[in-house]
Amino acid sequence: MPIGIFAFLAALALIGAFGVILQSNPVHCVLALALVLMDLGVIFMGLGAVTVGFLQIVVYVGAIMVLFLFIIFLLNIQADPGAGLHLGLKLFGSIAAAAMAAEFAVIVVRTPKISQIRTLPVDFGTVAALARSLFTDYLVAFEVTSVLLLAAIVGAIALARRFAPPLMLVVPDPSRSTLATPPPDAPNAERKSA
Amino acid sequence: MTAELVIGAIKALVIVMLVLGLTTLMLWFERKGAALIQDRIGANRADIFGIGKRFGLPNFGIINTVLADPIKMFTKEDFVPDGADRFLHALAPFLALFPVLITFAVAPMGDILQVGSHTIDLQPANLNVGALYVLATIGIGVYGIALGGWASNNRWAMLGGIRASAQMISYEIAMSLAIIAVVVCYGTLDLQEMCRSQGGVWFGFLPRWGILLQPVSFVILLIAGMAESKRVPFDLPEGESELVAGYFTEYSGGKQAVFMMTDFAEVLLVSVLIVTFFFGGWQVPWLARDGFHFPGGTHLGLPNLVVALFEFVAFWVKVVIFCLFQILIRWTLPRFRYDQLMRLGWKGLVPLGLINLVVTAFVVVVAGG
Repeated sequence: MPIGIFAFLAALALIGAFGVILQSNPVHCVLALALVLMDLGVIFMGLGAVTVGFLQIVVYVGAIMVLFLFIIFLLNIQADPGAGLHLGLKLFGSIAAAAMAAEFAVIVVRTPKISQIRTLPVDFGTVAALARSLFTDYLVAFEVTSVLLLAAIVGAIALARRFAPPLMLVVPDPSRSTLATPPPDAPNAERKSA
Repeated sequence: MTAELVIGAIKALVIVMLVLGLTTLMLWFERKGAALIQDRIGANRADIFGIGKRFGLPNFGIINTVLADPIKMFTKEDFVPDGADRFLHALAPFLALFPVLITFAVAPMGDILQVGSHTIDLQPANLNVGALYVLATIGIGVYGIALGGWASNNRWAMLGGIRASAQMISYEIAMSLAIIAVVVCYGTLDLQEMCRSQGGVWFGFLPRWGILLQPVSFVILLIAGMAESKRVPFDLPEGESELVAGYFTEYSGGKQAVFMMTDFAEVLLVSVLIVTFFFGGWQVPWLARDGFHFPGGTHLGLPNLVVALFEFVAFWVKVVIFCLFQILIRWTLPRFRYDQLMRLGWKGLVPLGLINLVVTAFVVVVAGG
């Protein structure tokens, strides 16, 4: 990827990331996050991982962020100007940020030199190459992850249903039903027979 | 290098012009066709300085729908309601239209065209993960609608936006399952390759079109695609009898026109996808790269330019046929109730798509292994 394009995409990602944490309106925050995730997808494509890039956009931008937006709409979450003033929250946030920065520093230091980088295989980033490594080298991890996700879905449903009233099958009483056949002297019956 | 850039630019221009032109054509057929179906006369009055009348030209309402209506739309007051999120209110229509328009970049309009020493692939952008690209852009399309409803600061618009996002996410799953089954069947994600593998014949006369391999996927994609385009019978997000106009209640003028255009462009997109996956794309029955090979052994040789022209025209004719079919459905069926919509999506199309996918994968493995 040319350095100019990378710089542009990286700057866009940073602007989006700042947008996520600096705005007070939750909808604007979600949109900024969607921008970041889309931008990351484009960076993946630029680095040769085309399939991963598109999957990133399909899954995160197309599904998960839309779900975030949907939940914000449903719960009608409003902008909260008082958030972030809590001292304990600030303390924990600073510690987490410092730990994150230290981790990034370690990663940057350990990054191999350009001379040490091997050239990519020809089929790098294609669907076939991705599928081959996913279903051979990482098969166990892949299957365990899918079972984990299934367990999470079942757990979410179980938690949601625990507080909801039990679903009862209501069988309508035919004698009280408004849809029951009208008595023969009703005007409808005459019209039908006519 | 320069030649490639020029070719790419021309291809991009051709596809954009065709999409916008066909969208306008559909606007006309939507109104005149509706009149035809409902036994009315329909738009037939507008004329320019009485020229048409003086020379006795037949008036098909083209000036009404293609010229007068858009001019009226774009010169109307662009109203932004009080308390609206002005930035998102302005952005939403374009956020809805843009993903639909860029999806056409992978529409295969023909096989190859030889111009001098250049071999031009008649697909505007040859992506080898075309099907994934389609799924990605369709997924992004939800934002414009949902945000348009939210940014208007109006309860009806908000409800429309929520309905739209729930409906589009639900039917996207069925649509993805149908597309995945097609991908498994052809063994490629490249739309151009899919079209190429639909060439040739079975039993000496039957074109190898995907509809014969994946009829269930075709039905799912057609229904889910119509739900994605949010038109009758799936127009719950608009639902004018209960929600005024749903997510674009607070839109007027050019921005509302953009929302309408999005709907028509989506109809066109669904047609392009159906034709590409199931009706051979640009394939003309019995036409190969060197001319016609009729069943019975007759061979009619044709130059490359004529073959390319045949393919190009065949692709767009098929697309227009499916657009007309969708408009016909739109004026035939009444609107679903919301629970019916969700039941059809989650309990009908999704399980059907899963079964179809499993059966397809099984057959492909058994036949190919």
